[in-house]
Amino acid sequence: MSLELRGIHKRYGAVHANDGVDLRLEAGAIHGVLGENGAGKSTLMKVLSGFIVPDAGEVVLDGKPVPLGSTRAAIRAGIGMLHQDPLVFLPFTVLDNFLLGCGRRVSRATGARELERISTEFGFHFDPGAPVRSLTVGERQQLEITRLLWLGARVLILDEPTTGISAVQQERLFATLRALADKGMIVAFVSHKLEEVEALCTRVSVMRRGQVVGEAALPCPTDRLVEMMFGRVLTPPPRETAAPGDPVLELAELRTAERASGAAITLTVRAGEVIGLAGLEGSGQRPFLRTCAGLARPSAGRLRVGGRDLSAARYRDFLAAGVHFLPAGRLEEGLIGGLSITEHFLLTGGSRRFRIDWAAAETEAGARIADNLIVGRPGSTAGELSGGNQQRLLLALMPPEVRLLLMEHPTRGLDLESADWVWRRLLERGRQGTAVVFASADLDELLRYSDRILVFFAGRVLREVAAGETSGEELGYLIGGKEMP
Amino acid sequence: MIPRRLLSGALPVATAFAVGLLLLLSVDAPPFEAIQLIFKGALGSLGGVSSTLMAWVPLVLAAAGLVVTFAAGLWNIGIEGQIVMGAIAGAFVARTVEAPSGVVLPLLLLAGIAGGLLWGLLVGVLRVYGRVNEIFGGLGLDFVATGLVVYLVIGPWKRAGSASTSGTDLFPREAWLPVTGKLTASWLALVVAAAAVVAVYFLMRGTYFGLRLRAVGANSRSAFLMGISTNRHLLAAFSICGALAGLGGALHASGFHHKLVPSVSGGYGFLGILVVLLAGFGARWIAPIAFFFAVISVGSTQLQLRLQLDSALGGVLQGVLVLFTLLAGGWQLRRAYRSRRGLKEGG
Repeated sequence: MSLELRGIHKRYGAVHANDGVDLRLEAGAIHGVLGENGAGKSTLMKVLSGFIVPDAGEVVLDGKPVPLGSTRAAIRAGIGMLHQDPLVFLPFTVLDNFLLGCGRRVSRATGARELERISTEFGFHFDPGAPVRSLTVGERQQLEITRLLWLGARVLILDEPTTGISAVQQERLFATLRALADKGMIVAFVSHKLEEVEALCTRVSVMRRGQVVGEAALPCPTDRLVEMMFGRVLTPPPRETAAPGDPVLELAELRTAERASGAAITLTVRAGEVIGLAGLEGSGQRPFLRTCAGLARPSAGRLRVGGRDLSAARYRDFLAAGVHFLPAGRLEEGLIGGLSITEHFLLTGGSRRFRIDWAAAETEAGARIADNLIVGRPGSTAGELSGGNQQRLLLALMPPEVRLLLMEHPTRGLDLESADWVWRRLLERGRQGTAVVFASADLDELLRYSDRILVFFAGRVLREVAAGETSGEELGYLIGGKEMP
Repeated sequence: MIPRRLLSGALPVATAFAVGLLLLLSVDAPPFEAIQLIFKGALGSLGGVSSTLMAWVPLVLAAAGLVVTFAAGLWNIGIEGQIVMGAIAGAFVARTVEAPSGVVLPLLLLAGIAGGLLWGLLVGVLRVYGRVNEIFGGLGLDFVATGLVVYLVIGPWKRAGSASTSGTDLFPREAWLPVTGKLTASWLALVVAAAAVVAVYFLMRGTYFGLRLRAVGANSRSAFLMGISTNRHLLAAFSICGALAGLGGALHASGFHHKLVPSVSGGYGFLGILVVLLAGFGARWIAPIAFFFAVISVGSTQLQLRLQLDSALGGVLQGVLVLFTLLAGGWQLRRAYRSRRGLKEGG
């Protein structure tokens, strides 16, 4: 038995999430699908499980094409998917969840017997009457696996299954997957964690930017996988740095509220410094930046901006202290899709007047559009602009006096020219004394523009490295949670 | 460009008209005679015109208020209650203040504004600080206000002699709005309502406050990150809408019924939602649309008198019209989205 994906294409607007993916999975093996966030793994697996409809391509199981775009058809054909967050109904009981979606009439007694039979086979223990809310995430996964097997899954897809489960449960999960592969099932294990893929899988396909860029039989040297994941990163010449100024951001034993388990962070960022935050998405950069921006209260520790203690301050106080935050979701948390460029300038202009002088506002907007090389008219809505122009608009909206600039993925989705322009603007700010802290998935960007890089892994800062003393290779290892040998 | 816009406006109206005709045929009513009756009833006599204009006043005030709450992204279902509370507050002034018209009427209108404003603000406070969705909070407060007016009418404010749900005693003459020549409709009410529409239009289009309100409504997250106090703007939107609705309630009680009646809100709040939906959430067209709705509301009572049809048919016609306009709007959005996507993929 084998499962083949041929020429899968899927676009989301300007993003080509899957760009002609071919993949072949064989029975009896655990096949890893490795790649950083945004590489297109999840999209591919959702196509496979019928969750989304691809723009082009086909899925062939055992020589027969699988109807696309229907989860029901996929599970009928024997393809079962375990989602990153198990799709269970929390208030329902274990048995209810087990029976839901089976598509035929089954008595509760029969269902309970089947649940018991399959779970015993893999050493799972469930109380059929317990609400799923009382189960741990690991147990919910076990329930989902049991359910999928009962529905006749011959292919099991697991999307980042180790997020949020304990080490013991991870061992149990891996043992189960090995057992399933030994029984002749096809198991696809999607992950961005190198260690897990190396520990579990027998073959691995690496995805980058929507394409499968390489395949390897495991074990294979880690640096080969790192190179496939991130591409060959040339270490740029060290950036000349001005003498750092006064401390702008001081963190002492700071803990973010989102991850109580994460280690405390102590850090001083000086005026004019550029700090890069490396790490896979979901490793803790996001809560870290949000805490520094005043959008989330730290659960412990102190946070000072420009010498003022803001540990318990409100967002408004952060704004007043000169903190500016540019989040990743440009149209979600930065711009307002339905409003025009002129209206954006009016909103952020800080005017205290009551009436709007539209004629003057349009003239000024026109001038600032030209200044910032935005392709658009004063009346264009933010939603109509391309990603690059949205980013330019966001930068244009920044107030003149910014002491600390926090950014998520400042150049994601931009072409080279736009990205270069964005960074020239940012570095100009840096020379004027603005401290910049940015998270990025682009190693080249991190190495090129940062003075120092903090590598996040599993909710904590794994290492702090000087950008001039590290390499793309070392960063690749650190991001995967490993020290370079 | 213009013919297409005209078409997009005319198409739903024509469809709704056709469906309305089918509806009338299905109840064995002569459709054209029915429509003629509606317009005759609403505009064919001085009494009819007066009733229509006095229905227009609370309706257009409610719609003007709803333009503000819709701009802030809020469904102010509590508007019925806000109208009722404005009428109650106005009635309180009419019943207690004994003074010439020049004193009573300003007080009465201010009381109406205050009553509606506070009732609207309550919905906002529940939403902002109590995390109660404004639809549920507003609906609940509607029932409270309706209960309160019934209680007042058959209880403490009952007519001398006998309690009746037909209303309180008539207000003293000083608390009646001045009439307009031969029309019993009040010029004061019409002027106030027209001024409110203009004010809301200016507020939403020409001021920073209106712009911030629209920002909060379009994307409260982005607005918050820009440093706009979202809570304060939501509360302000509820206050403005409540004030306008309460004003409408007080004007209606004083200028039309001349007393407090249990059905003082007359459903104008909910009807106002339909007006604003049809007007595309802007203030520009609410005055004529509200007038059209007032015509149908007032005129359809003739259906019952002359053709033995239920006057609720008028409400059904209004609903059908709004439904088809929204459908046409949704259809156009979809088409625009598709053609834009096609453009991108082609280019």
